[in-house]
Amino acid sequence: MYEIRLHSRGGQGGVTAAKLLAQAAFLDGKYATATPLYGAERRGAPVVSFIRIDDEPIRIYSQIRKPDLVIILDPSIMHTVDVMQGLKPEGKVLINSPRPVEMGGHRVYNADLTGVALSLDLVIAGNPILNTPLLGAVAKVGLVSRESVRKAISGTFKDERNAQAALKAYEELSL
Amino acid sequence: MAEIPDEEFILKTTSACAGCSASLILRYVTKAAGKDTVLVVPACCTSVIQGVYPNTAMNIPVYNVAFASAAAVASGMSEAFRAVGKKTNVICFAGDGGTVDIGIQALSGALERGTDFLYICYDNEAYSNTGMQRSGATPLGASTTTTPLGKKDYKKDLDAIVQAHNPVYMATACSAYPVDLYNKVKKALSIPGPKFMHILAPCPPGWRYPSEKTIEVGKLAVQSGMWVLYERENGKLSISGASKAAMKKRIPVSEYLKVQGRFKTATEEDISVLSEHVENNIKKLEREVEGIC
Amino acid sequence: MLMIGTGNKAVATAVRDAKPTVVAAYPITPQTEVVEETANYVASGELDARYIPVESEHSSMAACIGAAATGIRTFTATSSHGLVYMCEMLHMSAAARLPIVMANANRALGPGWNIGAEHSDSLSMRDTGWLQAYVSTVQEAYDLTLMAFRIAEDENVLLPVMINLDGFLLTHITQSFETVEPGDFIPEINTPHAIDIDNPGGYGTLTPSNEHFKFRRDIERGMRDSVKVIEDAQNDFAKRFGRKYGMYEEYMTGDADVLVISMGTLAKETEVAVDNLRKEGIKAGSVGIRWFRPFPDLKDVVEGREVVIIDRDYSFGYGGILANEVRSKTGCSPFSVIAGLGGQEVTYDDIAGFVKMRAANEEHWFGVDE
Repeated sequence: MYEIRLHSRGGQGGVTAAKLLAQAAFLDGKYATATPLYGAERRGAPVVSFIRIDDEPIRIYSQIRKPDLVIILDPSIMHTVDVMQGLKPEGKVLINSPRPVEMGGHRVYNADLTGVALSLDLVIAGNPILNTPLLGAVAKVGLVSRESVRKAISGTFKDERNAQAALKAYEELSL
Repeated sequence: MAEIPDEEFILKTTSACAGCSASLILRYVTKAAGKDTVLVVPACCTSVIQGVYPNTAMNIPVYNVAFASAAAVASGMSEAFRAVGKKTNVICFAGDGGTVDIGIQALSGALERGTDFLYICYDNEAYSNTGMQRSGATPLGASTTTTPLGKKDYKKDLDAIVQAHNPVYMATACSAYPVDLYNKVKKALSIPGPKFMHILAPCPPGWRYPSEKTIEVGKLAVQSGMWVLYERENGKLSISGASKAAMKKRIPVSEYLKVQGRFKTATEEDISVLSEHVENNIKKLEREVEGIC
Repeated sequence: MLMIGTGNKAVATAVRDAKPTVVAAYPITPQTEVVEETANYVASGELDARYIPVESEHSSMAACIGAAATGIRTFTATSSHGLVYMCEMLHMSAAARLPIVMANANRALGPGWNIGAEHSDSLSMRDTGWLQAYVSTVQEAYDLTLMAFRIAEDENVLLPVMINLDGFLLTHITQSFETVEPGDFIPEINTPHAIDIDNPGGYGTLTPSNEHFKFRRDIERGMRDSVKVIEDAQNDFAKRFGRKYGMYEEYMTGDADVLVISMGTLAKETEVAVDNLRKEGIKAGSVGIRWFRPFPDLKDVVEGREVVIIDRDYSFGYGGILANEVRSKTGCSPFSVIAGLGGQEVTYDDIAGFVKMRAANEEHWFGVDE
């Protein structure tokens, strides 16, 4: 089982990103679950979502304690949340950042997801939409296929820019 | 003069009190509504009037429901009938407690949603079914088993609350004026959407007057201006027959109060407050009719 | 069709496929997505139903009662305070023998405000005459909601059915699920006591005690007969659509020395604990209670085994509700664990820990007793 913990802020689309990621894995023929760790629903509050991907049905509902991958949609969240908590020694990090980041010796992938969203004017209520660019980045890391990401996005959003954003982020992230 | 049909939907086997005007109202309401009608009845005197299982004194379907729920049940029932193309009248027949107190939320919701139904509040100004406790509709000065020294608060202005929902049709009536009542029910049921009627129902045991005076007491209520008969179609007010006369010339409120034992506790001040209230209410209605308001 | 969505979405999709004529709706977290998605299905025309946006839960059940009384299919959803607010109407709907189907997102009751998963809401409605099922996956939420209509409307049952799903844990998790074409799996509704203008009657009139007594006995008859109706529905569902359900779900019970009995998502998490315990040489098994009313016959499965029962609820002054239901029905001496109240996190490791610390007839409050 591959376990992912996603850190975001309310309004950034982290919960939708988790759902889309599970959907893409599902389209790849895997079993997948996505769960938001709920708190009071408010803009700007730290939000955690969990994604599990496996070849077998997933029976676990409790939180992910030892993730294989930590995704950080908003780096400023690291001031208040211990995003590295429980990350496996061989675990990886994917961070929304234009620059490479050093994080405790772990393999860190970075992509400027905010920049991608802004470049396509993918903004809702003042917030750049990060979920669809993230999907492209995750595909590049190899967790899900590009084709499934494309399908998951087109099944959810009408706006073409979402698929473009995923593609752009895919190209931007260097392995 | 309206042709009131002979067909009866409330049979002579009711368990109503002698002189019960609620059962009289029920009789004319059902005559006006006709066979294709369901009554939705929350806990109230009508729970008793219709008789005891396995018998019933009603020969239209009567759905007895929880106290607070009449308008909401009617809401579901009306939607269900309309969904399958039936025009069946859905009429809530509720007392004042089930309307102005515990049922007001459901009534407000059903009116706001535009439910196609007629809500009738027959108002005997107390929880009469449980032996005459005060309700929000009990008038100032009236003694009840829970206001032994007379009620200190005003009667809740139900009509103003309902009016604020802009129903397609609303009217008042009184059991002592059955033709007026019959015609208003007929008119209400001819209009789709939420309709409301507030009907004064003098209650011999509760108001403490002899049973045979039930019509007389109803007439005194109207002649004194304590109860005004009117209707509003899409908000537009028109005063009805008997009350038109009362607008011009009224008997003193005390004439209405003195025939009822429940007002024995009413003070001189209560009586003058009630009289003043009548004057103000009628002035307000007059101004509205004249388009001055 | 294979879909991916939340537990709430699965419920709404099952409602779409069961085609009720009237849906009454009032939002409450964490059920709100059910009434939103149902509204979307009605708006898009995928569900041809009257959608009544009521002003309270008391009125949502009242509206379902009024609609069902005319002989049509109805649905509503609620949670927590909404469920207990409609308590009066739960009694009324069951006693009026109306086959209403409702989804309940299990959630704690205040104060203080806590919106996490807990079974106290529905279990406190235990004696209303409603059938109650607890589901543990998104697929099951879909399947059981669909089956609920057939079971409720069966002439031998004619009682309302409540499908319970753990708030957030199941309402908000995204999993894949497969929809079906129900076809005649759910026959057309035929309520024998529907309001009939041509044959007018009084419904719920004043009723003397001897008659009242018979009506109550009839509810119990319907409840008992519902066991066979549920089994028939579940077997027919398996035959048509390939997914098999029982009154309860057994996992590795065959040679088990110790059973963990639970409801909802805890039952699935327990299966993982069972796998891990077995690796350590502890022969554990899991029983997930699917139907709580009618209560299943657990005698055979419990016989001769140690029993650990996890309650996400409590009856103050008595004990864990599930533990005591199982105890009184089977005579077993369970280790009663109270865990997961208010959405408290309970992992498979925690559950394995309960098994290891088991002591017959004792009660343990997880996270409090330590």
